[in-house]
Amino acid sequence: MGIDIPKRSYSGAIRTITVGKGEKSFAVGGETAYPFYTFEGEFPNAPRFGLNILDIEPEGWAESLLEVYGDVVKDPAAWAKKCVDDFGADIIQISLQGTDPNDKNLSAEHAVEVVKAVAAAIDVPLSVWGTANIEKDTEVLRAVAEAMDGKRLCIGPVQEANHRQIGAAALAYKHIAVASSPIDINLAKQLNVLLGNLGVTDENILIDPTVGGLGYGLEYSYSVMERARMAALSQQDDRLQFPLYCNLGVEVWKTKESKLPDHENNLGEAKPRGILMEAVTATSLLAAGGDIMIMRHPEAMKLAKQLSKEMLAS
Amino acid sequence: MGLTGIQIFQMLPKTNCKECGIPTCLAFAMNLAAGKAELSACPYVSEEAKQKLAVSSAPPIRAVALGTGDGAFKIGGETVLFRHEKTFFNPTGLAILVSDDEADDAVDGKLKRFTELSYERVGLILKGDAVAVRSVSGDQAKFSALVTKVKEQTQGGIILIADSAEVMAEGVKVCADRKPLVYAATADNADAMIAIAKEHKVPLAVKATDLESLAVLTEKITAAGVEDLVIDSGARDIKTVLHDQIHIREAAIQKKFKPFGFPTIVMPFEMTDDFMMETLYASMSIAKYAGLAVLSDFQGQNLFNLLLERLNIYTDPQRPMKTEQKIYEINNPGPDSPVMTTSNFSLTYFIVSGEIENSRVPCYLAILDTEGLSVLTAWAAGKFVGDVLGEFINKSGIKEKLNKHNLVIPGYAAIIQGDLEEEVGSDWKVHVGPREASNIPAYLKDNFGS
Ligand code: SF4
Repeated sequence: MGIDIPKRSYSGAIRTITVGKGEKSFAVGGETAYPFYTFEGEFPNAPRFGLNILDIEPEGWAESLLEVYGDVVKDPAAWAKKCVDDFGADIIQISLQGTDPNDKNLSAEHAVEVVKAVAAAIDVPLSVWGTANIEKDTEVLRAVAEAMDGKRLCIGPVQEANHRQIGAAALAYKHIAVASSPIDINLAKQLNVLLGNLGVTDENILIDPTVGGLGYGLEYSYSVMERARMAALSQQDDRLQFPLYCNLGVEVWKTKESKLPDHENNLGEAKPRGILMEAVTATSLLAAGGDIMIMRHPEAMKLAKQLSKEMLAS
Repeated sequence: MGLTGIQIFQMLPKTNCKECGIPTCLAFAMNLAAGKAELSACPYVSEEAKQKLAVSSAPPIRAVALGTGDGAFKIGGETVLFRHEKTFFNPTGLAILVSDDEADDAVDGKLKRFTELSYERVGLILKGDAVAVRSVSGDQAKFSALVTKVKEQTQGGIILIADSAEVMAEGVKVCADRKPLVYAATADNADAMIAIAKEHKVPLAVKATDLESLAVLTEKITAAGVEDLVIDSGARDIKTVLHDQIHIREAAIQKKFKPFGFPTIVMPFEMTDDFMMETLYASMSIAKYAGLAVLSDFQGQNLFNLLLERLNIYTDPQRPMKTEQKIYEINNPGPDSPVMTTSNFSLTYFIVSGEIENSRVPCYLAILDTEGLSVLTAWAAGKFVGDVLGEFINKSGIKEKLNKHNLVIPGYAAIIQGDLEEEVGSDWKVHVGPREASNIPAYLKDNFGS
């Protein structure tokens, strides 16, 4: 008997963006169908998985994260190297938490120094992430962009309020602007328009839709990402045809459930609980269209990567 | 699917008697078409019209009820492909597997966890839904003994898994009153399984080897008069599982393809021996369309995360999740602790309470009912304003518990400071806190840390 399976025809495609420089640079995007709908389109570039390090020694991190990294968390360059050599990260995101004006308020010079050391220690692409403080990020990320001229870093979060300054810096020094908007498809689109107006070309934009962790707003990000993909692929919305950058590790590992001890509140063993919390968040975001997944636990990353590989297997 | 308002109107008596509570038959018909009225509200529709309307308004995917009493739940009944188009209705049922070749204490542990692992969130109780009982030995007595044990020790739904119709018949006999799902009718045993499902009036799972054979089999079974079906394409690798789930859902909803108009069942426990990967397969199946997922085990670490995902995916996007209005205690507050305030949008509550916990500073957290709106939106709507918040604080009795009276409002609501001071009186000092929750720990440590 004939089965009546509908087949979509898509009118758009996601742009292909090359991240990083040199041998280990990679392309993301290029897909022409909904996430993992391989029966309807092409997926030339599999999602990429990165690990998230800090510029300062982490405080208040879950036991299992500290355990897996050990002493290297005291040295960002060694930490980054371990993420690549031991855990196979495709990209490293360094979050410049030390520059937070509400906390340590370290200088732009500090940031530049750490970023240079990290970049020298690894051969995979690097993403540099600010604290989302408009003024401080403007200062710090501009300095980093200049110091890393031509390295095709991902630089974010580029927000509406500082897109001119950081966008211009990304443009001048040939980096990729990660355009960050607060879980809203129209704001995401608007920011990409603004970056375009500024002269940032389409090969140099990624979308950070702002992701919520499992149980902490995941559903909003999930639907915004699904809608962004539909607009990009089915409604030819050219300002949303960019790969999606998901900064999920930080969201998952700040929740209280990721840190509670073994068996508290019926939550089972702490280590696999935290790992699965991150891996399940990643799975959901992959299903919604994530292209670059920035995570914190190497085992969670490995699981999500394995899943993605199986779903794109030929 | 649906008839238009005019088509429905043709089937009504057109007497405008108003007994339905609506002024005219036409208006009633329009409401019905829009899903805003129940047909049963009009006492005068003919039987024939009732039937026509029931068929036309049946969802493209049948809703199937499993279990009884407190353990009853529904799967299927979905109407859209993407949650933002409306909502997903009946959350993926999660089942734990026990087999008749497993040691007694292993089974006991699983049944205990099935019953005990539950979580309260946004006023809902999250827990697993069913126990899947599998015959591995092929021994009838062993199987029915295990089914009996499951029935006696648990309240939830029951899924019976056996290839042999003889074994299945024994198991169903024991628990037919609990409305178990019979898994599964296959090309080889369909007639016998159909007979069992009919005799005991229980839902039947259909297991095929691919989509094509699945369609053939469900056609055959519905033709034989069994309509509460749960379908399994037989795929056991995640890529094919995902594709089949998508094809089934899309064919049912977009093409009204009847043989696929049923909830699905997936078997992560058969897809891998790795507990972590199994969880991810289940996770993908929750996002993409599974009606039931059978897992090898429930532990806090897999179950909790899958339940959270399910809660997120199945939350109605049109309706904000709300937290109860009250004063919550965080980090064991005392008479000198400050009172933080925010809205009852659940996400706000989770994030703010989490950050307060992270700060380790003892606090009270006053959650004002803003009908699920965030602080800024609630302020704009006049729901998070000085006199409303003040009244809540005054009536809550919190003042009497305190020596120091510090009230902290969210940075985004700084504008209400004056009104609030007026409402609560000069015993209180009203502070403007940070705008972003992530700055709460630093703020609390600086201002109220010991
Ligand atoms: S109760 Fe029935 S007959 Fe009376 S007005 Fe309503 S729809 Fe018409």
